[in-house]
Amino acid sequence: MTTGKPADALPRPRRAVRGRPGLRTSYRRDHAIFDTTTKRAWFGLLLGALALAPFLVSTEWVLLLSLVFSASIGAMGLNLISGYAGQISLGHAFFLGLGAYTGILVASPSGARLLGFGYDNVLVLLPLAGLVPALVGAVVAPLATRLRGLYLAVVTLGLVLLGEHLFREAVPVTGGVGTGRPGPRPTLFGFEFSSGGEILGVMVGRQQRMYLLALVVLVLLGTAAKNLVRSDVGRSFAAVRDRDIAAAIMGVNLNRTKVLAFAISSFYAGVAGALTASITGFVEPSGYNLLLSILYIAMVIIGGAATIVGSILGAAFITLMPRLVQELPEYLPFISTRATGSFPTVFQLERILYGLFIILFVVFEPRGLYGIWIRVRNYFKAWPFSY
Amino acid sequence: MIRFVEITVQGLALGSVYALIAIGFVIIYKATGVLSFAQPGLMICGAYFTLYCRTVLGLDFVVAVALAVVLTATLGGLLERIALRPMVGEAVFAAVMVTIGLDTVLRVHVNALLGPQPRRMGDPWGLDRVEAGPFAFFQVNLATIVVTVAVVLAVVAFLTRTRYGLGMRATAFDQETSLAQGIPVGRMFNLSWVIAGALAAIAGAFVGSGGTGVTQATWVIALKALPVIIIGGLDSIGGALLAGAIIGLVEAYTAVYQPGYAPFLGRNFSLVAPYVVMLMVLMVRPYGLFGTPEVERV
Repeated sequence: MTTGKPADALPRPRRAVRGRPGLRTSYRRDHAIFDTTTKRAWFGLLLGALALAPFLVSTEWVLLLSLVFSASIGAMGLNLISGYAGQISLGHAFFLGLGAYTGILVASPSGARLLGFGYDNVLVLLPLAGLVPALVGAVVAPLATRLRGLYLAVVTLGLVLLGEHLFREAVPVTGGVGTGRPGPRPTLFGFEFSSGGEILGVMVGRQQRMYLLALVVLVLLGTAAKNLVRSDVGRSFAAVRDRDIAAAIMGVNLNRTKVLAFAISSFYAGVAGALTASITGFVEPSGYNLLLSILYIAMVIIGGAATIVGSILGAAFITLMPRLVQELPEYLPFISTRATGSFPTVFQLERILYGLFIILFVVFEPRGLYGIWIRVRNYFKAWPFSY
Repeated sequence: MIRFVEITVQGLALGSVYALIAIGFVIIYKATGVLSFAQPGLMICGAYFTLYCRTVLGLDFVVAVALAVVLTATLGGLLERIALRPMVGEAVFAAVMVTIGLDTVLRVHVNALLGPQPRRMGDPWGLDRVEAGPFAFFQVNLATIVVTVAVVLAVVAFLTRTRYGLGMRATAFDQETSLAQGIPVGRMFNLSWVIAGALAAIAGAFVGSGGTGVTQATWVIALKALPVIIIGGLDSIGGALLAGAIIGLVEAYTAVYQPGYAPFLGRNFSLVAPYVVMLMVLMVRPYGLFGTPEVERV
């Protein structure tokens, strides 16, 4: 009787086989997030570049990038429920607003007209801002589990409109339409994110601190989402999306899966809402409307449904587009820049482009920007062969 | 009591507008299987065309409405051919997203043409009332109800008594078999969008007339047709009609009585009351009152 491995056993490689990145030699390697050294190296470089970026680019771009990060978190949430679990949700704006206002309630000091609790530690603020929408999502979910497809879409639309009404009327929390309320000012045990100052001799302004906070939260939640997707919960989401009756026959608990999908996506939406509110510094209740939901759906579609990277790409596309559209009047002089100028103004052009891009991506590239990236990558992988 | 009857008529008129838009939704859904979110855009297009024909071209009101109906119907057919035909065979969600994109583009264009001020439509009734005993009804409400009933009867007659109507019903029932029988299914899709566009234009003409005119916020009214179709059932025209009446009445009563009896619900609760009713109906009947439950083959 032999102990240990037989003499001719293959060694278990810790990394991928050199020069053969597609050769998977263990199940662990198969569903790892970074299965080759190259991927790890590039990702490390990316993280390093992103961490250094706020000190190298202008403040305007630091602000834009922070908004991209917080929008990515929201888009990831929507991707989890619509892309992975297949439940169409037009109600994302409602959960974003809930998260923002929970964050404001928790963090703002109480005032004469407005409610607040004054706990502005980011470790209290962000999790609570995610938890409250998650609970609401879990409550809404049982209604959604009974509905399919288009009925579900309209019900979530109703949710957004009810949410708009709620935010309009809850004046002690939201400040009312037109007045609005300042966003939360997060701190971390005395370290203030919302005002600038020196750290170790380096001047780190408000935008840079918010940027780094958003980056850290994005990396944490993105990793969580990636892990969720490759776990059994993620696989049950995909099973429910593809054929929920078949999934139920196979033993996937439909109700539990759908409730989990709603709860988790609402958690992400809540954190995203609170983070966006902290970055922009001001929220107005009429901003959480159907248009915002459609923007996030556009992020998911344009970036790539059922991918985590796609959420980030789509969020970047949608968030940066207004900034890029502002450059257009230089080259296309018939576009006016004033809000009351002749058609098309930049704002209307933005809206038209959103609609147009949704149509173009859905018709021509259903896998979104991630799909385009895959095509480019495969072209170079197979080069000089054509397939 | 008198007020109650007057509000009932007002609610029925509002419900007629919703029913017109909802029947357009239902016809497109039955024929193509896609829920077209472009109806609000088509409605506001119809309102704008009526406005334009009446005020800029100076035509008579009825002629302006007729011309607007023809234009919007053509627009609906064009949109279907250009944007929706490539989506045949693709996932329904994708086609729905295309209609959302279409709606966004349409609305932005029309809102830009409308401008920030409310635009009057030059309709013949304005804020006039009809006296009937102790009651005083707005002329526009009565006109809306009468025209809606006539139009719905015309649509039903078309669907039941003409060959094209038969073709549309066959397509709604089973696309593949209809194609095998020689029915031009693509043309049926187109026809469904044409009819929906025409109905939306009539609804838009009535929404814009009668006092307030057309503003950039008028399109939101069409969104309330969505609870109507959900409550009625996505594939039932009669359900859309009935649910339209219900929602119109609910909204009218809530607008008048809610501030007095239940002020804690907030101001303008009548704008979201349709959605609350929809949620309540869906808890009991997940496919609406008259919708057919989907049968899924695994």
